[in-house]
Parts: sequence; structure tokens; C-alpha cells
Amino acid sequence: MSRYFTNRLAKYAVFISASVSFIVLLAIALFIFREGLPAFEQIGILDFLFGTVWRPGQEQYGILAMIVGSVAVTAGALLLAVPLGIACAILLAEVAPFRFRQILRPAVELLVGIPSVVYGLVGLVLLVPAVRELGGPGYSVLAASIVLTAMVLPTIISISEDSIRAVPAVYKEGALALGATHWQTIRRVLLPAARSGIGASIVLGMGRAVGETMAMIMVIGNTIKIPTTPLDPARTLTGNIAVEIGYAAGLHRNALFATGIVLFIFILIINSIAVISLKRGVHAQNIT
Amino acid sequence: MKIKQLVKRSTLMVSVLLAVALALTGCSGGITITEAGSTTVQPLAQDLADAYMAIDDTVAITVAGGGSSVGVASAADGTVDIGAASRELKPSEEGLGLVKHHIASDGIAIVAHPSQNVTGLTTEEVRNIFSGNITNWAEVGGGNATIVVIAREEGSGTRAAFEELVMEDEVITDDAILFPSNGAVRTAVAGDEDSIGFLSFGYIDETVRVFDIDGVEATVENAISGDYPVVRPLYFLTLGEPTGKVADFIDFCLCPDGQAIVAEDYIPTGPTS
Repeated sequence: MSRYFTNRLAKYAVFISASVSFIVLLAIALFIFREGLPAFEQIGILDFLFGTVWRPGQEQYGILAMIVGSVAVTAGALLLAVPLGIACAILLAEVAPFRFRQILRPAVELLVGIPSVVYGLVGLVLLVPAVRELGGPGYSVLAASIVLTAMVLPTIISISEDSIRAVPAVYKEGALALGATHWQTIRRVLLPAARSGIGASIVLGMGRAVGETMAMIMVIGNTIKIPTTPLDPARTLTGNIAVEIGYAAGLHRNALFATGIVLFIFILIINSIAVISLKRGVHAQNIT
Repeated sequence: MKIKQLVKRSTLMVSVLLAVALALTGCSGGITITEAGSTTVQPLAQDLADAYMAIDDTVAITVAGGGSSVGVASAADGTVDIGAASRELKPSEEGLGLVKHHIASDGIAIVAHPSQNVTGLTTEEVRNIFSGNITNWAEVGGGNATIVVIAREEGSGTRAAFEELVMEDEVITDDAILFPSNGAVRTAVAGDEDSIGFLSFGYIDETVRVFDIDGVEATVENAISGDYPVVRPLYFLTLGEPTGKVADFIDFCLCPDGQAIVAEDYIPTGPTS
């Protein structure tokens, strides 16, 4: 009896666990939309998305500056992190000696475990004064992008490395047998074959960058103005919510939840792209 | 069938545990008074609550933060017995039936980096700097450097009081760098030679230079005498006149013993013992 009982229990247990995560997601989405939609109604979707003035004290709610801020820091971070990350992935997968890899790979993975507030602190103490030397107040899109770069690198490196390693060995052997050098093989065979995984790693890194909050608040200055240079301060969508929710009431609070809806949709789109690009990769590999 | 029994049994156990936990937390005093709101008031409210609970052990007072707007809203809808606000009520908040108890006052200091060689500003200069009309320290007698304006976020009681007392009809410039707490503003000002910011008196330390305003030094004495211009009230708010233990607690805060506790870090509103 007990064997079957355990079997059934295990089945129910995993089923319940799986349902819980789905229900939590559903509840969060419902809650955000319930709290945020009134803001869309009262402010107007276009005025909310494309308004440049955010002054809750005077009932003005436009989040364009925050959308630009989020996009700017994310783009800046990817500009730095993608070349670095892919280069590091190639090094780990193809070039580095075994022992070197044994040290580097865990070090990269350790980066993921560092709390974001620590990244923010290091950025605040080291980066902000350094950026100030270039001009402006130091709290800037540039400082935020550099901090984010460090935070998304592990994602890009580890997923890219795995996808390069997943390329069937016959591809590499074939290229080498045809007389291609190691670098030619990497560039013309391995990277194209692994591109869906590399693409997914970039998109997942993007998701992390858009969602980062604490480190951004500490180094970006939280100014409500569209940045015109990388040295200007700015504010991210996540920062907008975190900085103001403690004091918000009424329509202000609804507007912050509406900011959450915008973020939610951003992340949804980004994750869908990642899923699609990974699927396409699997499909392509099945054909060949 | 076995599973049903198991579920029943574990539900029972959880309920018993919950009941015990509730009983344990509930039986300490008899009456619980809840307070929430302004983070500026929070440490003071905690000190006052501790002192009152030491006298009257039938009462447990819980103190929470949340911000002035939360204090107003939760007092008005009855979520808490006492709400705390570090600013005047807005027009939209009048008429909610809240009674204000002026338990203390707090000065707001205008601060800069310790290396700043400007020592004093007029209220008008401060207003023009924060509104973005004055952008270089040279315009107020300092070196040639762009002023970096650091302020609190929208909704902060300190910001609201600063706007009301200093800014009049002007708004704080969109170029201002914003941080969500007094402590973060202090850190930012201490780290940037060209910055200016504002802080609650309770947060002043040696890492920042404090400006004289209109020739008056920013001290508690000058704030009490009324010479220092940037002083705001700290309120306890109750829905209607307080009764019972809530009234006793507020009376304690306003009596000389309570005001002596206020005087440790803030500006008392009545005689102290």
C-alpha cells in the first residue's frame, strides 16, 4: 500500500507545486492590472505613455522619460556586454585550457549570486566619481550601463558557452578537416550554428537589465528628464516604482501600478522573443 | 481516502498553531495602539511609545513607517489609530475628519559638500537654485562650477515641506537628482563637491556643510525662537477626537515628560520637564 501511496502523493505534490507557481503569476498579473488600469482610464494611455512631465503633486503623469531611461541603460549595457560576453564564451568553450576554465567558469557564475545592492554600492563609490570626471553629475546612464553590464555578463556568457558546446562535434571536425584554421572554424561554423542560443542569451540578459531596480536607483540619479547624453542622469521604469511607491496614494499609486503594467508587457515581449529564438534554433538543428 | 485524512489532520495542526500564535501575540497587553506614517516621525514615535509602554503596561503600541501620505490615508480610513505626517495636510486631505496633534517640529537644513566655500544663502537664492534659475555657484559667491541639485522624491514629506516653505509657487527643477531617503541625500551631497541638498535636522552630521539661511544659523535654538525660516510641524493624526488609551498616549506625548523626549532630537512644541 505504502509504495502506491507515496507514488500518488508525489504526483499530487508536484502537481500542486507546479500549479502554485502558475497561480502566483496569474494573481500578480491580475493584481497589477486591477490596480493600474484605472490610471490608464483617468490619464489616457497616450498621455501616460508619451507624456514627458511626471509631477504627481500636480496630477501630471507621463512616463516617456522613464521608458527612454530604461531603454537607454539596457541598450548601453548590451552594447558593452554582448561583445565581452560572446568573446568570453568563445574563450571558455574553445580556447582556454581546461584548468583555466575550471577557475573562470565558477567565477563567472559567482557574479550571479552577488546581491544587486552590492553592485549598486560599488557603482556608487567607484563608478559615479569616475564618470563625474568626464563631466556632469556622475549619476548617469553611463554609470548605470556599466553596472548593468557586470550584472548581465554571467547570463550571456554561460548560455552562449553552453550553446557553443552543444554544436555537434562533427561540424567542428569537418571544418578542421577541410583545412580551416581554428579561428575560421569558430567564426564560420561554431558561432553560426550556435546563434540561436547566443541570441537567447542576449535576450535573457536584456530581460535582466530591464528588470534591475536597486542598483539602478543608486547610480542613475532618478532624475525625471529624458537623457540626451550618456553622462546625463535618468530614471528607469523600475526605479520609478521603487522610489515613489512608499509615499503614493490614490491616482499616484495607480499610475505606479500602470508603470508596472508597461514593464510587465516589456518583459513579456522580451521573454517571448527568447523562447521563439530558442525554439527556432532547435528546429534548425533538427533539419540538419 | 488516506490523503483526505492527512489533509484534514494537517489543516487541524496548522489551525492550532495559528491560534496559539495569535494568542501569544495578543495576550501581552490587552489594548494595542497602532501608529504608521512619516519616516521622519517614526524614530520619535518609537521613543515616545517605548516611554509610554514603560509607564502603562496594559498598552502595546506598534510603530510603522510608510510616509506622510500613508499616515494620512491610513488614519483617515481607520487602518491605524494614529497616523503620522511631517507636513501640513493638502487641500484634498482636509475634510477627512482628521484631528491634528502637533507633537513636535523639525527644521530642514540646506546642505552642501564640506569643501563648499559659500557659507550662507538667502531663502530667495535657495529657491532660485532649486528651481533651476541659478545654475552656477559663482552666482551666489562661490567658485565657477555648475550646481548639482539633489532633492527627495515626489511624495516625501520633507520635500513637500521644503516646497511649501521655500519654493512658494516655483517647482523643483527637472534636472534635480532624486533619492528616496534623507540618508541617501546626505551620502550623495557628501560625495559631490558641487552639490546642494536639503535634510531633516536629525540627519545633519560632519559629512556635510550646513548653510546659514537669511543670516541665521540652522540650530534647534533658532528654530524654536522662530528666526530660522525652514521649520515644519510633525503631526499625530486621529480620526475625530481621540478617546481612551489613544488619548492618554497623545496627552503623554504633549506633556512635559513627552516633550523632553521630543527635545532630544527634534523641536518641542510645549514645556519640557
